[in-house]
Amino acid sequence: MTSVTSNPSASDVMRRRTRWFMFIAFAVAAVAFIVIAAGGINKNLVYYWTPTDLQSAGDKAYGASIRLGGMVAPGSVRNRTGVSGIEFDVKDATGIVHVKSSGVPPQMFRENIGVVVEGTMTRNGYFQCSRLMVSHNNEYKAPQAGHAVDKKELEKMMKSTEGLSD
Amino acid sequence: MIATLGRFLILASLLVATTGAMIGFAAGKKRSAEGLRWTRRFAYLFFACMSAATLLMEYALLTHDFSVGYVAQVGSRAVPAWVTIVSLWSSLEGSILFWGFVLGIYIAVATYLTRNEHAEYMAFAIGTWLACSSFFAFLIAGPANPFLTIANPPMDGPGPNPLLQNHLLMIVHPPLLYLGYVGMTIPFGLATAALLRGRLGLSFLRPIRAALMLPWIFLTIAIMLGGWWAYEVLGWGGYWAWDPVENASLLPWLTATAALHSAIVMERRSVLKGWTVTLIQASFLLTILGTFMTRSGVFNSVHSFTQSSIGPTILVFLAAILLGSVTLLALRIDLLEAEGRIDGAVSREGMFLINNLMFVLLTFTVLIGTVFPLVVEAIRGKQMSVGRPYFDAMVVPIGAALLFLLGIGPALPWGKATKDETKRSLLPPLIGAAIVAAVGFALGARNPWTVFTLAFGGYAAQVTLGQMWMPLMQRLRRGDSFGTALVQGQLQRGRRRFGSYIIHAGAVIVIVAIAVSSTMKTTHEVILTKGQTANIGPYAVTFTGTEVREEPHRVSSVAMFSVTRKGRNVATLEPRMNQYQMMRDPIGTPAVYSTIASDLYVSIMNLDPSSGRVGVLLIITPLVSWIWFAVLMMGLGGVITLIPMRRSYVTATAPSVTAGASPAGSEVPTLG
Repeated sequence: MTSVTSNPSASDVMRRRTRWFMFIAFAVAAVAFIVIAAGGINKNLVYYWTPTDLQSAGDKAYGASIRLGGMVAPGSVRNRTGVSGIEFDVKDATGIVHVKSSGVPPQMFRENIGVVVEGTMTRNGYFQCSRLMVSHNNEYKAPQAGHAVDKKELEKMMKSTEGLSD
Repeated sequence: MIATLGRFLILASLLVATTGAMIGFAAGKKRSAEGLRWTRRFAYLFFACMSAATLLMEYALLTHDFSVGYVAQVGSRAVPAWVTIVSLWSSLEGSILFWGFVLGIYIAVATYLTRNEHAEYMAFAIGTWLACSSFFAFLIAGPANPFLTIANPPMDGPGPNPLLQNHLLMIVHPPLLYLGYVGMTIPFGLATAALLRGRLGLSFLRPIRAALMLPWIFLTIAIMLGGWWAYEVLGWGGYWAWDPVENASLLPWLTATAALHSAIVMERRSVLKGWTVTLIQASFLLTILGTFMTRSGVFNSVHSFTQSSIGPTILVFLAAILLGSVTLLALRIDLLEAEGRIDGAVSREGMFLINNLMFVLLTFTVLIGTVFPLVVEAIRGKQMSVGRPYFDAMVVPIGAALLFLLGIGPALPWGKATKDETKRSLLPPLIGAAIVAAVGFALGARNPWTVFTLAFGGYAAQVTLGQMWMPLMQRLRRGDSFGTALVQGQLQRGRRRFGSYIIHAGAVIVIVAIAVSSTMKTTHEVILTKGQTANIGPYAVTFTGTEVREEPHRVSSVAMFSVTRKGRNVATLEPRMNQYQMMRDPIGTPAVYSTIASDLYVSIMNLDPSSGRVGVLLIITPLVSWIWFAVLMMGLGGVITLIPMRRSYVTATAPSVTAGASPAGSEVPTLG
C-alpha cells in the first residue's frame, strides 16, 4: 500500500491503531451478537413431545412451549361449556393428556385422528392449546374411511410449520 | 424409447460438463486461446444436451407416456394441459432436471455475452460453471433420474401434488426461484475465476455486478411470490412463517444484497475486493444449502413437495464447494489487494460498511435459527424447533436499522464530509420522518417498533426521492426541457443510479408494509349458520349458503359470503375446500377482498354441509397488497440497472482489459 502523507511512520501507527480498534470492536460485536442470539433461541425453543414424554417430564413440562403429537382418544371430544372451543384427550400407547382448545377446529378434526397441538401444560392438569393441526396427507392414497394414525406421518407433521400464526 | 433417449442425453451432458470443466481449468492455467475456444464450445454443447433432455421430458408428459418413470409418478390424463406442463417442476426428479436446464441457459447466455471480453478470466469462469453443472448432471443421471423405464406402464397416473394445482402462482413461483438460485452459479464462477487468476480488475466488476443483479431480481420476486402464495392458499392469513424453506430462499438473497452493495464501494474506492468475492461465494453456498434443506427431507415444510435420498449427495457437494472456496480464499485473498482506503466512518462508504455488517448479522440470525434444531437433533437426538418469537425479536431491530441506513446512507456524501455538510444532508429528511410517523400514529399505529419503522421509512423516502430528483433538477436548471432532462438524465446516463433508487423506494414501502401488516391486523374466528352475519372492522360478512362445484380433476365445496361496508355491498367472497381426485384430504382455499388500504381475508376452517354451519377465520390486514407491488417495483428497478449503457459511455468510464479485442464474431487474443 502506498501512502500520500509526508510522514509515513506516523500514519502507519495510526493505521495500526485503527486496525486494532476495528478488530476489537468487531470481536465485541460478534460476542454480543452470539450471546443475544443464543439467549433468544433458548427462550423460544419449542419441544416435540408425545403424551408419554409429557407425563414423564413432571415439573419441567409446565410453562415450556410444547408440540404434543398423538391421537384424539375416541369418545373424548366435547364442546366447551360457556366458551367457544373444544376439549379432548390426546393419547399414545402409554400416555394420555387432556387438551383444551379455543377456536374452531379444522375441517379434518375428528376422533381417532392424528393431531399435533401446540401450547403449554398448565398446573391445573390440562394442556392449553393455542394451535391445533390435523394430520393430513397430500400424497396419493386410495380413498378409505377412517384411516389409522400413521406414526411417520405424525412425526412429519410435528416438524411442519403449517398454519403457524403469531 | 423416450426414457432411453433421455438417459443418453443426460449421460452425454454429464460427459460434456466434466470434459469442458477440465479443459477450462487447463486452458485457464496455460492461458491458451485455443483451450478457451474449446471450453466455450463445451458450454454451448452442455446447454444443447440439457435443453434436448428437458424438451423430451415435456414431450413425454404431454403425450402421457407412462413408460417414463417421472411421467408415471406425476402425470395424469385428468388434469388440464397447463398442469401437465408445469408438473415438470412438481416433484424432485423433474425439478432437478429443470434446474439443469436453467443452468444450461445461464451458462450459454453468459458465455455468449462475454465472447469478446475478459479472456483473462473466462476459461476459469466457464470451467467453474461446468464443474457445478457436472454435479447436477450427475444428480439427474443417478440419484434423481427422471428417465427410468417403467416395464409395465400404468394406464393413468396420480397427477402432480394438488397444492401445485391449487393456485396459478405455482406456475411462476418455482421457475423464478430456480432462476434466482441457479443464477448465483454465474457470479460464483466469475468470482472464483478472479481468485484463481489472483486479480480482480475494475472492468471485470461490471459482468460480476450484472451476473449478481439478474438472479437477485428473480430471487427477490420469487421470495415475494412464495409469501403471496402462502397467503393466498394456506389459509392462516399470513405470508411469512420463518419456515425453513422460506428461510432457505431468504439466506442467499441477504448475502447477494450485501454483495451488490459492497461491489459499489469496491468500484468507487477500490477496497473490499476480497469481501465482495466472499459474499458472492457465500451466496452460492447458501443456494446449495437451501437446496439441501428443501430437497433432503430433513425439514418438513408447507413449501417442500418432496423428500428423497439425494440429501447426502448434495451435502457432499456443499462440503466440497465450501472447502474449495475457503481454501481458495485463504490462498488468494491477499492478491486482491486494496488500492484505496476508507477515510471516515460518517460517510457514504462508512454506511455501506455498516449496511454489510447488518446484512451479515441478518444472515447469521436466520441461519442459526434454521439450522439449530438440526444440530440438536443430530447431537442429542431430541426434536425441537426454534419458535417464531426468536426470529421476530432478532430480525425486527436489524431490519429497522437497515431501513435507517437506507435513509442516511444515500444522504451522506462519499469520502470525508465536514460537519456542516453532514448536518445539511441529514437534517431536512427529519421532516419526512415526522410526517409519516404522525400520519401512522393518527391512523392507529401504537406499537413502538411500527412507529419507529414509519419514521425511518419517511426519512428514507424523502432521501430516496430527493436523490432521484436531484439529477433531474440539475439538468432543468441548466436549461434542458423536462423531457430531455428525464430521458437523458435518468434513463440514459444515470440509469444504474436511477434503478437503484427505485429499488430503494420499493424496499422502503416493503419494510413499512411488513411492519404495519404484521402489527395491526384484526382477527375474528366465528361459526356461522346460513343467513348469519359477522362484523369485523368496517365490514359485515354474511354467510349466504354453500354450493358444490364439480370440475374434471376436483370437487369444490364453496361457502358464499356477501360483504357489505356501510350498508353497501362491496364483494362476494367464495372461500372453498377443494377435494382433488385420488387425494385423501381436501385443501382449503381462502378468499381475499383487497383494497389499497387493507385486505379482508376469509378462510374456511370447517364446513359441514349437513348442518349448514361454517367455521370461518376473518382477518383484516392493512397494507398487505403493497408488499407484492413494492417488491415488483424492486424487480423493475433492478431491470433498469441492467439495461446496458451506451457503449461509448461504458468504455469511457471503465476501460476494458481486453482493449485489443477484435470486433464481434472473431476470437479474443489471450493476454499474458
